[in-house]
Amino acid sequence: MTALTSPLRLRGVNYRRRKLTNAVMLTLTGVATLLAVFPLIWIIAYVAMEGGRFLSVDFFTQLPTPVGVPGGGVANAIVGSAIVVGLACAIAIPLSLVAAFYVSDHPDAPLGVAVRFGTDVLSGVPSIVMGIIAYTVIVLTQKHFSALAGGFALAIIMTPIVLRTTEEMLRLVPRNLREGALALGAPEWKTAVQVLLPAALNGVVTGIMLGIARVAGEAAPMIFTAFGNPFFSTDPNQPIATLPHTIYIYAISPYKDWHDKAWTTALVLIAFVLGLNVLARGLTAWRTRQLSGR
Amino acid sequence: MVTDSKVEFPRRAAWSAQLTRRLGHGDLFFRALTVFASMLVLLVTLAIGYELWGNSALPRDKFGLQFLTGVDWNPVTEVFGALPFIYGTLLTSFLAVLISVPIGLGIAIFLAELAPTWLRQPLGFLVELLAAVPSVIYGLWGLYVFVPILVQPTAKLLNANLSFLPLFEGPVFGPSRLAAALILSIMILPTISSVSRDVLLAIPRAQREASLALGATEWETISQVLMPYGLSGILGAVILGLGRALGETIAVTMVIGNNLDLSASLLHPGYTMASIIANEFSEATSDLYRQVLIEIGLVLFIITLLLNLIARLLVWRVARRVSTEARV
Repeated sequence: MTALTSPLRLRGVNYRRRKLTNAVMLTLTGVATLLAVFPLIWIIAYVAMEGGRFLSVDFFTQLPTPVGVPGGGVANAIVGSAIVVGLACAIAIPLSLVAAFYVSDHPDAPLGVAVRFGTDVLSGVPSIVMGIIAYTVIVLTQKHFSALAGGFALAIIMTPIVLRTTEEMLRLVPRNLREGALALGAPEWKTAVQVLLPAALNGVVTGIMLGIARVAGEAAPMIFTAFGNPFFSTDPNQPIATLPHTIYIYAISPYKDWHDKAWTTALVLIAFVLGLNVLARGLTAWRTRQLSGR
Repeated sequence: MVTDSKVEFPRRAAWSAQLTRRLGHGDLFFRALTVFASMLVLLVTLAIGYELWGNSALPRDKFGLQFLTGVDWNPVTEVFGALPFIYGTLLTSFLAVLISVPIGLGIAIFLAELAPTWLRQPLGFLVELLAAVPSVIYGLWGLYVFVPILVQPTAKLLNANLSFLPLFEGPVFGPSRLAAALILSIMILPTISSVSRDVLLAIPRAQREASLALGATEWETISQVLMPYGLSGILGAVILGLGRALGETIAVTMVIGNNLDLSASLLHPGYTMASIIANEFSEATSDLYRQVLIEIGLVLFIITLLLNLIARLLVWRVARRVSTEARV
């Protein structure tokens, strides 16, 4: 409260100084915002320029060529990323959806609180640690690297994202929808699957998209789970190439033509990830407009 | 109710109706499934700690706590000390937070208090997109664009003018702790700004109006009323940012230079806990070597776990305080 006594001396000696401080500090907050947007634009523009030079149809359909051999593409990494992320979705989405039903229904029950807290904590655990877990659980038992191990690591990263958004979306569904269904004699599971889930579907899809966008860009846990593979593979039991890991390998190599390929691969990845983010955002905006329009 | 014997059902129907009712028309199964899934999620969280602990027994027995203070790292003679990595992680992360906090708070204030309404959403989205850019792309851009164009000249300038400080001792390298810290500061910016923006937005309108009515300027309202009110939430945002910085792997690995150096200089290449794991895990041939790296993962896990616990509690506290005060 004492801090507020000085502003009370209106138009005192300090008045002009206070106005000036106000103007300077408020301007600085705007500058800070520009400062944050600047690297984003720089990164996107640079990746688009550098990567665009070598972008061609071949890049999506051909296998990588050895150093010095021009042409070639990252078809194996695109398919690999799709498989690994697909495996992650197959584990994470059903698990988080079903758990979200419980948590949104019992937010204050001990298990509900524990799961909410657990997922919050889980979302802060570094992705490289998830890689270690996938290694000890799957790679050590199988005795070799595999797409499955990569998918497992990504599933643990994805679960908290999908679970938390789904839970929040389910809780936003108006109570009377739920009560109406139950009053009509629908069992809880039918209410959940046929009333709550469709009502929250838009938000749930957004959560899933953000989850996919997040894990599709993870390179760190891939190094010792999916491991990478210069050849074409669709076998979940074999090592597999992924886009982020391919960028990493190309980028830290000493070869100029691999650096070029790193930029082009980065363009493919960033277009996918940011596109998914923009799409998710658009979906949310559309939903908000629809809800407020009613 | 279920065993109402007076009602005469045909025998089979009675049996199946009873069973359906006993099972709650499928709800028993549904509830069991949701509880099971929730338990599984919780179990995964606990299993991470268990796996890391169980798979790092060898080095814990062999080195004990000295592992954390050892400075030698030699996989051939199997002498392992984690201090260079812990030091590098802490130094780069704290520096990143130091740079990121004022900028992140500025963004939060601008987005929550000042920006015109039509600009808030798109601008907020752009800042959040910074968090969506994959780490490896930050690394690629950092290594070939950001470091040579911006960091290295800055480093040379610092070294030329301030080399009497141990922090800015030469020789100047491109990949360095400074480069890692700067990249990290960009990467954690969206975490700090969006969480603090949400904290600011949660503060009741009456607080602002009371302060402005007393004659305070907008900045005085922000710095003397809103900031103290949301302090614990903003602290939570900063800690969440710190947690992200500590665990960030690929981007840091690509720009920090990966050198076991213990000097104070920010301009020297260093190493972090996450990057030693990324660099050497798939090459770790002996059990001890691999378990040493898992133990580093364990240390990283414990640190980020604690930080997240604290941060979440702080952010939750603001939310609770706001909701209780709104009720009064």
